Amino acid sequence: MTIFLMLAPISIFIALLGLGAFWWTLRSGQYEDPTGDANRILNVGPDDGPL
Amino acid sequence: MALTYDPVAGPDLSAYLKPRAGGAQDFDLLVAGAHCAACMAKIETGVAALAGVEAARLNLTTGKLAVRFRPGVAADAGAVLRAVEGLGYKAAPFDPTEAAEAHDREGRRLALSLGVAAFGAGNAMMFSVPLWAGLFGQELGPATRVMMQWWSGLIATPCVLYAGMPFFQSAWRSLRVGRANMDVPISIGVLLTLFISFVETILHGRDAYFDAAVSLIFLLLIGRWLDHQLRARARSAAADLLALQAPYAITLDDLGREHRKPLSEIAIGDLLVVRPGERIPVDAVVEGGAGELDNAMLTGETRPVPVAAGSAVQAGALNLSGALTLRAAVRPEDSAVAAIARLVEAGAQSRSLYVRLADKAAAVYVPVVHTAAALTFVAGWTLGLGPREALLRAVAVLIITCPCALGLAVPAVQINASGGLFRRGVLVKSGAALERLAEVDHVVFDKTGVLTEGRPRLIGATPALLAQAAPLARASAHPLARALAAEAGPGPMAEDVSETAGQGVEGWIGGRRARLGRASFVGVAGEDAGETELWFGVVGETKVRFRFSDNLRVDAARTVAELTRRGLTVEILSGDLSGPVARAAEAVGISQWRAGLSPTDKAEAIARLTAQGRKVLMVGDGLNDAAALAKAHAAMAPGSALSATQNAADLVFSGEGLGSVVAAFDTARQARARALENFAFAALYNLIAAPAAMLGLINPFVAALAMSGSSLVVTLNALRMRVGAGKT
Repeated sequence: MTIFLMLAPISIFIALLGLGAFWWTLRSGQYEDPTGDANRILNVGPDDGPL
Repeated sequence: MALTYDPVAGPDLSAYLKPRAGGAQDFDLLVAGAHCAACMAKIETGVAALAGVEAARLNLTTGKLAVRFRPGVAADAGAVLRAVEGLGYKAAPFDPTEAAEAHDREGRRLALSLGVAAFGAGNAMMFSVPLWAGLFGQELGPATRVMMQWWSGLIATPCVLYAGMPFFQSAWRSLRVGRANMDVPISIGVLLTLFISFVETILHGRDAYFDAAVSLIFLLLIGRWLDHQLRARARSAAADLLALQAPYAITLDDLGREHRKPLSEIAIGDLLVVRPGERIPVDAVVEGGAGELDNAMLTGETRPVPVAAGSAVQAGALNLSGALTLRAAVRPEDSAVAAIARLVEAGAQSRSLYVRLADKAAAVYVPVVHTAAALTFVAGWTLGLGPREALLRAVAVLIITCPCALGLAVPAVQINASGGLFRRGVLVKSGAALERLAEVDHVVFDKTGVLTEGRPRLIGATPALLAQAAPLARASAHPLARALAAEAGPGPMAEDVSETAGQGVEGWIGGRRARLGRASFVGVAGEDAGETELWFGVVGETKVRFRFSDNLRVDAARTVAELTRRGLTVEILSGDLSGPVARAAEAVGISQWRAGLSPTDKAEAIARLTAQGRKVLMVGDGLNDAAALAKAHAAMAPGSALSATQNAADLVFSGEGLGSVVAAFDTARQARARALENFAFAALYNLIAAPAAMLGLINPFVAALAMSGSSLVVTLNALRMRVGAGKT
């Protein structure tokens, strides 16, 4: 029983981290240009991210 | 419609700069032709190296280049444009509207809702697995079950309330105007489910459906998000097409400097410059210069019209030869073009009354489901089930029949269909457009620019004559001369050439003086041009005539045959003279045609057909077609059409052929067939599931399984679409 009370909050916390990460990717515009991002890895040099 | 920006003496572009906080300025342009990592690096480094530019970033998905200028520097937007064009890409300044940004916010909100629903569904289900697996009553006691139900509810409820907002809001809007759309049963079902599940949990019952409620929202959001993506992509592609056509004007200030301005900033009395190849931006009077105008987009007539100082010219006409200086006579919103745009708006309003397939289904579905649920409750109670059990069964009916499959059915099919058409070069502006296109039974074509290529080709000239005149033709920029030169191929150019705007060219060929141009210019009297023609004469010799005709598109006849084979009737409505229209009609095999129609005639003809109960597809490219396009049940325009015309059309196709019309029609019919199959499947599923729920045979596990299963079947059916695979 104790193991439930430990594991359930932990698993929810981890899932919340994932949700937070998704929120961050949305906010920072990482889905704005999928084609460009796929191509950008081929370019050398610094990348400052979206304007 | 090539870009007409002149890289040598660039006008001032400061009207397109957007100030940012801290004194920096932003400039957005649309870049066409960049498709690879190397292009991206070349453009970004090229632009970033310019003086005053702080950063440049190209979005390869949308083709937009964002440039930021350093604060406190004179921003030179023209230099950026020249740099990109110097690298070999087409570029146009872009004016992003508020609407696009608002739309993007909606997309982000939907994506975040989807993420929240996914989180909720996954975690609520985690607590449901032991329940589904039937572990309670064996290893786990009822107290553990209740605890898990609480956990499940505490996670699912906020997620449902947040992620379900798009549905709740839509349902509320619909209810307020006294109608019930598909979101009404969804919202009632989901909210009731949450309520009943809490009651059950408090009373220590076993019928908690928290996981079902949140996964239902998750699956429905997928459909909603797909629909949004379809509209967003179509909208931005349409905006790009229009931006590349650049609705701008070049104005002259008192000092003779040129400024490039968005159309909306033109005032009455402004001096405008229109070079050959550009369109007249606003109704105006010619102040200086002479030339010829192509009014094909306005009237459908292919013969050029000469203009000189004092002539009134209409917005949308194409300047064929000679730079013109104009004085704006009206404001842009009062131009003849704008009057057409208002006709288009009026037509579009009648189109917005169109009831979409999913809403038609909802109109039947909503009352049936709600009656069934109410009956279950009343019958259950009267038959001695007790109010709690009766209510539970009624809610089970609502959940199990929640139109998950219906919510996904149409968007999944339409995104697939329009994605396929997009790859073929056909832009579908909305899902409703596809639904209307599938119902069409009569096709009306415009002639100029639709059945024909919309540009002149030389006809019936001997190679010897051609070789004589070609040296002069090569020296001219006039479209007819260009057509002649193209026919003759590469060769020598005439010497000492001078061009008289609106008249012709004169030069020396092999030591003799020659002229190419209008009959009067070459010295032929009394021969008024009945059709598109050029005269050529060497001093002291007989003058010869070159005739031009607007060629039919190569697959025009085949397209008409294919449409007829599908049981559609085909007709031509043209603004051109009856001679060319009759010839074109005969060549493509259309027996029904009318010529010499005004824009209003065309719109009225469409309205008459509609009144007879015909569902008309109008294919047109001219401004004279715009009102008819808006009136028609469905409308298509080629990518070469003017902005007002493209706005009026549901579908825009690019490329040389008309085959896209057949491909789009086939795809639309196929999409409707798939959507109807999905509805049939959903109906079948409900016929089995609803009685089972009424009899109390549904437990939470069955509900979750049935819902996900039906959504999967519907999505897989949508993927069966094969776009453009058939003969076109």
